[in-house]
Amino acid sequence: MVILWSRLSSMKTDLYRLDIAQARNKLLKKEISAPELVRSCLERIHQLNPKLNAFTYINDSAIKQSEHIDSSLPLAGIPIALKDNILSAGLPATASSLVLENYISQYDSTVAKKLKDAGAIIIGKTNMDAWAHGSSTETSDFGPTLNPHNTDYLPGGSSGGSAAAVCADMCIAAIGTETAGSIRQPASWCGITGFKPTYGRVSRYGIIAMASSTDSPGPMTKNVSDAALLLQIIAGNDSQDATSSPSDAPDYSKDINSKISGLRIGLAKDYLLPGMSGQVISLIRNAAADFEKLGASVEEISLMDPQYSIGVYTILQRSEVSSNLARYDGIRFGKGRDSFAEEAKRRIMLGTYALSAGYYDQFYRKAQQVRTLIVKDFEKAFKNVDLIIGPTSPGTALPVGASKNQPMFGEMEDVLAEPSSIAGLPGVSVPCGFIKGLPVGLQIISSAFNEKKILQAAYAYQSITNWHKTKPQL
Amino acid sequence: MDVKHIAKLANLTLSADEEKKFSSQFTDTLKTIAKINELDTSKVEPTYQVSNLHNVTRPDKIQPDRILPLETVMASAIGTHNGYFVVPAIFHEN
Amino acid sequence: MKKNWQPVIGFEIHVELSTNSKMFCGCPADHFSKAPNTQVCPVCLGLPGALPVPNAVAIESCVKLGLALGCNINTSSKFDRKNYFYPDLSKGYQISQYDQPFCYKGKVSLPSGKVVRITRVHMEEDTAKLQHGELDGQKVSFIDFNRSGVPLVEIVTEPDFDNARDAIDFLKEIQVIVRLLKISTADMEKGSMRLEANISMRQEGETALPGYKVEIKNVNSFRFINKAMEYEIQRQTKELESGKTPAQETRGFDENKGITFSQRLKELAHDYRYFPEPDIPPIELDTKLINDWKNKLPELPEALRKQLVSRGVSQIKALTISSDALRIEMYNKLIQNHYDVNKAADLIINCPSDLLNDLNKIIDWDKTRQSKQVDLKTIDELVNRALKENPKVVSDYKSGKTQAISSLIGSIRRQSGNIDAQVLKEVLERGIKNL
Repeated sequence: MVILWSRLSSMKTDLYRLDIAQARNKLLKKEISAPELVRSCLERIHQLNPKLNAFTYINDSAIKQSEHIDSSLPLAGIPIALKDNILSAGLPATASSLVLENYISQYDSTVAKKLKDAGAIIIGKTNMDAWAHGSSTETSDFGPTLNPHNTDYLPGGSSGGSAAAVCADMCIAAIGTETAGSIRQPASWCGITGFKPTYGRVSRYGIIAMASSTDSPGPMTKNVSDAALLLQIIAGNDSQDATSSPSDAPDYSKDINSKISGLRIGLAKDYLLPGMSGQVISLIRNAAADFEKLGASVEEISLMDPQYSIGVYTILQRSEVSSNLARYDGIRFGKGRDSFAEEAKRRIMLGTYALSAGYYDQFYRKAQQVRTLIVKDFEKAFKNVDLIIGPTSPGTALPVGASKNQPMFGEMEDVLAEPSSIAGLPGVSVPCGFIKGLPVGLQIISSAFNEKKILQAAYAYQSITNWHKTKPQL
Repeated sequence: MDVKHIAKLANLTLSADEEKKFSSQFTDTLKTIAKINELDTSKVEPTYQVSNLHNVTRPDKIQPDRILPLETVMASAIGTHNGYFVVPAIFHEN
Repeated sequence: MKKNWQPVIGFEIHVELSTNSKMFCGCPADHFSKAPNTQVCPVCLGLPGALPVPNAVAIESCVKLGLALGCNINTSSKFDRKNYFYPDLSKGYQISQYDQPFCYKGKVSLPSGKVVRITRVHMEEDTAKLQHGELDGQKVSFIDFNRSGVPLVEIVTEPDFDNARDAIDFLKEIQVIVRLLKISTADMEKGSMRLEANISMRQEGETALPGYKVEIKNVNSFRFINKAMEYEIQRQTKELESGKTPAQETRGFDENKGITFSQRLKELAHDYRYFPEPDIPPIELDTKLINDWKNKLPELPEALRKQLVSRGVSQIKALTISSDALRIEMYNKLIQNHYDVNKAADLIINCPSDLLNDLNKIIDWDKTRQSKQVDLKTIDELVNRALKENPKVVSDYKSGKTQAISSLIGSIRRQSGNIDAQVLKEVLERGIKNL
């Protein structure tokens, strides 16, 4: 009896290791209670956050909030972390910037509302590159987040806090946002599943805007099934977001385990960058072989040189940013514009310049024309393949300090995600191996609104690999 | 780039150091961006939005549940007075 | 050789629409006298993460106004961001229209025969209300965002006016048209119709536009804009005659002194960095829909004037009717009630103004007066009694407030049936002169 009890106790303290499906199962069977699950995660957060700095805000009221949850709700009792650019009424939303250091959300984002309506418990807000301007989480005004696999390294960004939190089991799942790589790249560096939906699939209402024409909130989870579950809850039309898709979201979990034999996959050879490590390329080719084992066909395809996307993205994003950050004048909320840190100022300046009199055609308009070429390039590719795969990131995580004094750091690190983001296409990053203990990510892209296909392929991949189960020793 | 002029347009105050630093960084960034000029876009229409949507409007109805209570409206402001936001006077107009 | 300097005047008119809700959110649009900041939401307050969704009725109103002003309608249109910083602009940009406005290249014909070209009619959102004051000894501005986001239609004219008279006629015509369409109260005093005049001068015969223009702002009545224009024309002429070019600037109007004055605006960098609004998909208007709206437009003042005159109504009577939206509306209702054109016209002109908003009252009044014919002797008696009983009206009239007698005209006619207003006015004026 004593032995049994201690086994039960130790199982209960590891509740933070569960994924959404497992947690829901145990909750429904009443094997565990929501407060127990939340407590387990909160303790884990308090234990690890001083080192990892994944959370900018920890919701210690979460246990109380989980006490009277209607257990029939699809996410009832599940502790979810939100990137700190996602508004949840009454909780801070800083975008990791000193400008909003003391800002408490005055209303709910649609994403937060949907999660809460589904019974989810918002366990905290996660660290990010300030204003989402980066791919390292190092430009946060509140210190960098560290990579749980190796704390000398960065978690990627801008959703680095969410990626680290999921990786280190500080929460069961998290939501991030991607403008060009900000979900997929940190998912890649932290070895988790990061899903960027089609632009317009998930409402942007209540998400602090970065580049309005590409921003996409999306799930960051321990595995593909969880990504499907979360996507189900947050996807859908929103009358408060004029760019949100009017089409209904399909059932993402249904048939997720379908066989993918016959699926045509294109391996983007232009994403195997010159100078990319042979080990990364090798892991990607292994993944391609895995897909062939699953019955899919894989052929190398040619896409537009992703280097062009850097220029497009840089101009587009900085232009829209310069306008989107204009509301931060310290009058109605937040601090004044002197509280912007260097990276934000730099981006606002460049964006202002790109839109300024005499330069609009040369920069903004030109970038949008090249954008058309990128969109058409993908349309052409998807005539012959169902999915495109490639490495998510040029390499593994970089060491802390790598982004300093590198004004184009983000754009370089996100080069492989920029084309699909610019085109508004959906993509996932799943871990496909490790190099010197640091994860490597594989991305799978589809044409617009084909999230189901991506999920099926990614699910199949995770059914024959264990990379996503390799957790850091913490 | 006329950094001073752009900073004014952007309502930002830059230190002399920042001005110098940004100037050289912008030169590098602009060089990188210039790669897109290699592409011939003379016959290409710009894509301003990838949503492919149009005519998204709302009916002319008041939505009372979205109106924020005054307390919430004023909660995050530094300067308020009797329901107004307060800022130091603008000397542009009389 | 003395050069004759001629005015070159154009206008920017902002019409505040009387929709239920604001342009891009569901807050109430009627902000008159509401407690400050009690009609705001994340969108119009410019909170982080908020997004705009355009008001369908506002767009329809804008297009209808454009159609009424003879404009072409862009079947493909969009919103753009106009970026600048000011405390009354919550997002740091105004959502407006730049190169694809809903309406462009229209024209308005005035009673004088003058044709005014309309450059464009487009949709935008209003800013917050800024009030200057003092708090704790400091000069401050108080901001109320209730008005932020209210739909505005902007009408821009070509600089086609060369005299103040035509300009005033035009502005009044716009007011009538807007009211006829029932899209706004177009009240200058309440701010639901705002004017900006651009005035410069050039030599007679010269066709090129002058190299400068002066903008007159914040004038809220036809009387004052008229005075402002007259003053400005004089001021600029004087400067030009002395060999100087008037400064390009914005000027306000001092009602008490009857002069314009420089607002000494700091040289603002007006680089608005327009770009297409990424948060709002473009608007594609169906030609069928546009034609439908066009066909459903009410009869406009110019068309009505032509029709009345062709049916034998005098120019003056036609003008009187067409210069007021309510008169036009009621005239049309009488026609619908099978009154003939001349009778309807006559009735609308003579009917006491306080009965005008009720068709039944007008018809009743007509029936009453037809049964009573009043002779001149009775009129004299009524006038003398009214003047005796209303000494204040007499003294007001004598001190220059000639409108004072209109109250007497009204009350006498109410008491005594069919007395022609013009006749009564003359008798009253004679009576006062003799006192």
